[in-house]
Amino acid sequence: MALNVNVLREEFPILHQEVNNKPLIYLDSAASSQKPRAVMQAMDHYYETANANVHRGAHTLGDRATQSYEAVRDTVATFINAKSRQEIIWTKGTTEAMNLLASGLSQSWQAGDEVIVSRMEHHANIVPWQMAAERTGAIVKVLEINDKGELRMEQLDELISERTKVIAIGHVSNVLGTINPVKEIIAKAKAKGIVTIIDGAQAVPHFKVDVQDLDCDFYAFSSHKLFGPTGLGVLYGKQARLEALPPYQGGGEMIERVSFEGTTFNKLPYKFEAGTPAIAEVVGLGAAIKYLESQDRSAIEAHEQALLKRAEELAADIPGLRVIGEASNKVPVLSFVMDGLHPSDLGTLLDQQGIGIRTGHHCAMPLMEAFKVPGTARASFAFYNTLEEVEALFAGLAKIQRMFT
Amino acid sequence: MSLPNLETFKNNPYGTETAIDDVLENFEFLDDWEERYSYIIDLGKSLPEFPESEKIEANYVHGCQSQVWLIHMQDPADGKIYLMIDSDAIIVKGLAAVVLCILNAKTASEITNTDVEAIFEQMDLIRHISPTRGNGLRSMIELVKSIASQQ
Ligand SMILES: Cc1ncc(COP(=O)(O)O)c(C=O)c1O
Repeated sequence: MALNVNVLREEFPILHQEVNNKPLIYLDSAASSQKPRAVMQAMDHYYETANANVHRGAHTLGDRATQSYEAVRDTVATFINAKSRQEIIWTKGTTEAMNLLASGLSQSWQAGDEVIVSRMEHHANIVPWQMAAERTGAIVKVLEINDKGELRMEQLDELISERTKVIAIGHVSNVLGTINPVKEIIAKAKAKGIVTIIDGAQAVPHFKVDVQDLDCDFYAFSSHKLFGPTGLGVLYGKQARLEALPPYQGGGEMIERVSFEGTTFNKLPYKFEAGTPAIAEVVGLGAAIKYLESQDRSAIEAHEQALLKRAEELAADIPGLRVIGEASNKVPVLSFVMDGLHPSDLGTLLDQQGIGIRTGHHCAMPLMEAFKVPGTARASFAFYNTLEEVEALFAGLAKIQRMFT
Repeated sequence: MSLPNLETFKNNPYGTETAIDDVLENFEFLDDWEERYSYIIDLGKSLPEFPESEKIEANYVHGCQSQVWLIHMQDPADGKIYLMIDSDAIIVKGLAAVVLCILNAKTASEITNTDVEAIFEQMDLIRHISPTRGNGLRSMIELVKSIASQQ
């Protein structure tokens, strides 16, 4: 059944407003998605009826808070098909998940050990590895891309060596929209006993992810890109891998017993969750996932692909516009540059027309280098965007071009 | 590498021939965003050429999404500070022309005592110098102010 976008948009209050006296057209969901009303309601409800600290209270509110909060761990486990709830760790976001992993895994590295990342990674999946490499004398190796913005898979076998400890790859590029063949990479790595980490920040908002089917060791994503609140992320890890990983931060919650003679750590998942967590946000994420699961996911995917296809058609009609990222397998993200126009000019002049896009390097400077551009303009779509909005974007770009001639 | 001579600096019409009051007056007649931004684009296009040899790290204004360069020279005769600015983004260049109309060819104390924000507010361009915009206009203004305060 086709998606009724206009009905669905009613659930996103923020979309119904004007900016700069024009109806808002939000095309920056890859940076952060908008939230359905159910998310705000769940968080409000939590604060109005259940707010207390979790896992501590000898009182009713504490129990309620803990229950609502821990129930979402099950929701997330089911959402990505993890084997158990112990495999779901709350973090601040994808960035923190990557730092947790780099810090923990690198404790057993030797100088000369290797990590493989790709050219198209977000800085969140580059810098933590560089920092860990700096500390240990390890080496970060790069899987390159082709002109279309796809991984050069034929390089992978060459890059993998006896010293490869970790392969950390994005499931979907935030700049190019490319969906990477991570399953194939994971299988190759697994055959060599290499730890696999998938940055799923841009994947989970667009399609169903099954971590058991992928068979990765770790998978990370951010709530705010998945129609949930900010300040929260998920790190999935296979239980045995998580057990073997040393704790990240120390403090309350993550301990079993503290004494000055020696401290023992809590069991999974709490071992990695020091301090009071983002309880209301977890509750909000639960509502976001429930909302998403109540939709027809295949209708959503079909609609998103229609948005992308329309955008690509219209982009081809604009003289001097170059699309960056032309992989055959993409989520609805369109990065582009235009002759004689700086991305920041495009951003400013689209904003005047009520259209919000992102411009710049998108936290992927090594990728900008490969395409020899200082930055791009990026329109990223979500299921709540309409074909009319895609058309308005290109009408807006045509208008800007006229202003410059 | 030598700076362009003082004459080149003085040939910059913004802040000398064209004062900010002229810009404000023109701006008042512009009705919609298209006209206003077309005007800014034109200002940007007419900014005097910036010497390529000066596009070096030392003259680079950091904190910008677009690239911005700024050089200055003081006239020993009257103490006025002359500025040249360039950017690869045309709107930033146009807004830089506005900044020049306000701050170019002024004495250090004139620069320090000018409320640039108030003028941008009046032109409804304040968002461009808000700290949330990474376009460097704010860093540009702060840099000019700090140059002035060191004189
Ligand atoms: C692919 C990718 N990885 C990681 C991140 C970092 O996510 P967060 O800032 O939520 O930690 C982002 C967000 O921009 C992303 O797009």
